[in-house]
Amino acid sequence: MDGLDAFLLARIQFAANITFHILFPTISISLGWVLLFFKLRFVKTGQQHWMDAYQFWVKIFALTFALGVVSGITMSFQFGTNWPGYMEKVGNIAGPLLAYEVLTAFFLEATMLGVMLFARERVSERMHTIATLLVAGGTTLSAFWILALNSWMHTPAGFEMINGQAHVTSWLEVIFNPSFPYRFTHMMLASGLTVAFLVAGISAYRWLRDDKTAEVMASLKTGVYLAALLIPLQIIAGDLHGLNTLEHQPAKLAAMEGIWKTEKGAPAILFALPDEKAKENRYEIAIPKLASLYLTHSWDGEIKGLDQFEGKHPPVAPVFWAFRIMVGMGMLMLLVSWASAFQLAPWKKTAPTFPAPRGSLPPEVALRLRAGEARPAALAGKEVVPPQELKRWQLRMLVAMTFAGWIALIAGWYVTEIGRQPWLVTGVLTSAEAASQVPAPRIALTLALYLALYAALIVAYISVVFHLARHKKHADKPFGDGNTAGDTERELNVVNYPEKEGAANA
Amino acid sequence: MLDLAPDLTQAAGWMPIVFLVVMGLAMLAYVILDGYDLGVGVLMRRASDDDKDSMIASIGPFWDANETWLVLGVGIMLTVFPMAHGVILGALYLPVAFMLIGLTLRGVAFDFRVKARAAHKPLWNRLFYTGSLLASWSQGYMLGSLITGFASTWWVMLFNAVIGLALVAAYCLLGAGWLIIKSEGALQLHAVRWARASLLFTMAGVAAISIATPLVSPSIFAKWFSFPNIVLLIPIPAATAVLFAVIYRSLQRLPVRLAEGNEYGAWVPFGATVGVFLLAFYGLAYSLFPWLVIDRITIWQAATAPAAMGVILVGAAVVLPMIIGYTVFAYRVFWGKSAALTY
Ligand code: HDD
Ligand code: HEM
Ligand code: HEM
Repeated sequence: MDGLDAFLLARIQFAANITFHILFPTISISLGWVLLFFKLRFVKTGQQHWMDAYQFWVKIFALTFALGVVSGITMSFQFGTNWPGYMEKVGNIAGPLLAYEVLTAFFLEATMLGVMLFARERVSERMHTIATLLVAGGTTLSAFWILALNSWMHTPAGFEMINGQAHVTSWLEVIFNPSFPYRFTHMMLASGLTVAFLVAGISAYRWLRDDKTAEVMASLKTGVYLAALLIPLQIIAGDLHGLNTLEHQPAKLAAMEGIWKTEKGAPAILFALPDEKAKENRYEIAIPKLASLYLTHSWDGEIKGLDQFEGKHPPVAPVFWAFRIMVGMGMLMLLVSWASAFQLAPWKKTAPTFPAPRGSLPPEVALRLRAGEARPAALAGKEVVPPQELKRWQLRMLVAMTFAGWIALIAGWYVTEIGRQPWLVTGVLTSAEAASQVPAPRIALTLALYLALYAALIVAYISVVFHLARHKKHADKPFGDGNTAGDTERELNVVNYPEKEGAANA
Repeated sequence: MLDLAPDLTQAAGWMPIVFLVVMGLAMLAYVILDGYDLGVGVLMRRASDDDKDSMIASIGPFWDANETWLVLGVGIMLTVFPMAHGVILGALYLPVAFMLIGLTLRGVAFDFRVKARAAHKPLWNRLFYTGSLLASWSQGYMLGSLITGFASTWWVMLFNAVIGLALVAAYCLLGAGWLIIKSEGALQLHAVRWARASLLFTMAGVAAISIATPLVSPSIFAKWFSFPNIVLLIPIPAATAVLFAVIYRSLQRLPVRLAEGNEYGAWVPFGATVGVFLLAFYGLAYSLFPWLVIDRITIWQAATAPAAMGVILVGAAVVLPMIIGYTVFAYRVFWGKSAALTY
């Protein structure tokens, strides 16, 4: 009993830590690329509002990155403290993959981060762009290695067992194992979507608070268009991922679909309460034959039910529900992003990009604006309103969806990871075999501390993101335009004080 | 010592030694690099609000990369010595958790303290300080456990706790040395004063450890105090004493010189402290080799299959020079007195 309790606690602890960790890298991966996009737009067009957007989002990036790093350092100790049996058995495979992640990705991103954040005045513009590129590339490379390892745990390949230890026969097969291409694609799209909704949501929030600048509009559009572009791709990738799961982990798929008995023409279940004891669903609402259609592409295709995997299938209810949450979020994202994108669409353009706020601009300035020139100094700090505005309720909707990506992301990972149970490495090692012998009270103590810390940090993170959004009506003060007001501000700013600017504007 | 080793001409014989060296150097790099920024964090408690900002500015661009050396060190232990990794981290379960919590608080406070509402800034400053202190002390505690072979009697725990304090003092010395180099004016003079106090605590800590180690660890005692080892090892304590004297004198003279705007010798306290760390590391390595867990697990018993080690070794041989290259680049970009940090 005692051993079981420690095992359960260790699992909860690991799950809590990685859930916390994944929130932040998911944002840093794609936000890095979005920042690069802002930077390149600025370099190309010279339009100040792109740089303003960069400077706003880089703050959130720095914060996110810091949280990703500290929680990642916790992760790197977790394998040893919670799953010592894991490295002893499959260390020959997991070891090199983790080592390559540290060597090729972590050092690169961590070192270049300093240059990207703080050295814009110390290095050339081009070097700064390269540093931004390297940070974004480094985070993506991290995800590549860790997802290769994670996918290998789901669909192991390219190894043989000698004396109870896994030995590699082909590294290519280990890395590009059957589920890796799907998982990597799906995860990268998830990262893109999470960031797209974050950017759109925060920008909508600023717009609602009358921060109607070109910068906010540019970010809003970037977020909305990105979301609208990625969500169909994500749904297709998710479908393919599911087909791949059907092939390699049929027990997981049966749990996702809530199919208890093997049958031909299986229904797609929209709602049900899976009952583990009675081995059936209660209150089921289903569309007949649909599951067979999308899984086997035939109305009467056969799908293996959980009865085929007696005692070797994952707990059904969490997998079933998490899957529905993820897909539901996906559908919601499709609706919201397409509705907003349609409203903002370029072909609905009737007036020039940045007309003056009713009659407040001298005509020459308005003309220059229309020609797409960088914002003239006369405009600094003034609001510009583009014609196609989102309606208030649409903006509110986007604000409500700010962290929608996180919900789908966590739900998706719970499908994947709980769906792998009772295995840690499918067919090779069960979770129970790998568990550590640390006494339960110690795990309980540290678990309680971690949970309290994480809850506080998530609250702090979200409120600071919105706080920055409220206090960032910056009157252009940026690099390279010889603006002296900007210089004095910079001198005052040690490590950049948004709250000072906020106070000045409040 | 090498009588415990298998055939050293075989991969299974020499590769673990190579990785032990790489892991040791990664840990050493971590202790020195993150040591100075943790030290600056601990010292922050004594600084005025303006100085706090300047102190953070002096470590802001570096701390993340500094911590990555810890990930590398632990990563090598995890991947190359998996058999010892579970035993060591299992035994160190609580101090590791406290260190991680400390590092987390410290790492996030860097950003929160300037981004959160102004009214919350003092809170994040306090968490920054607490986190740095907790992480430093836990690391010292773990060092003590390593020396004592993870025993858990009251005496040993006391010994570990004292080593924890000594390491905090040593990090402060390192951090103060860093500030002397990177700062100017009043803060620089403060740093000299902090360095003097830290030096006293560090020397007391080192003395206490030297007296206590033979008492708590008979095997280390036997290793050091037998002939001819003792003759070969005497230079270590002797050189340490000389370096302490150098730091002491330099701290006496610096205030006068700095007041005249003369930066000559500003590097001495930091450089000499790094020297002390190198010597301590050498002594520790000598005491432990070839054990990962004293008298229980050798590096060869703990090592993974040579094929897997080979794959990592190739990667490390290619990538480590690049890492060192761009690390040097980053330090050069931020060379000289630290300026206020802006994005
Ligand atoms: C923004 C996030 C997001 C969104 C909108 C979706 N997913 Fe997803 N999904 C993930 C984020 C995610 C994820 C967190 O990234 C997972 C967990 C592990 C993985 O590889 O991707 C995942 C896993 C995952 C799996 C599990 C595969 C396995 O472990 O074997 C399937 C079958 C799907 N997804 C299918 C879908 C479908 C059909 C969607 C249609 C709307 C969908 N996902 C939307
Ligand atoms: C990509 C790298 C990942 C690796 C290498 C990994 C590895 C592991 C390991 C070793 C376990 C513990 C053993 C077990 O209980 O099966 C586990 C379980 C778990 N992981 Fe992951 N994981 C990864 C990603 C994630 C992410 C991103 C999440 C969530 C957001 C997640 C959620 C979980 C959960 C909820 C469990 C507990 C399942 C259970 O015990 O029922 N994992 N994973
Ligand atoms: C068990 C699994 C994991 C471990 C041991 C782990 C470990 C780490 C560590 C140590 C760091 C800090 C690196 C630094 O010092 O810069 C980190 C950051 C990072 N991790 Fe993880 N991680 C895990 C899971 C994941 C997953 C599932 C993903 C994404 C798919 C991921 C992507 C990243 C990225 C992109 C970073 C860069 C930092 C950031 O963006 O915030 N990691 N991880």
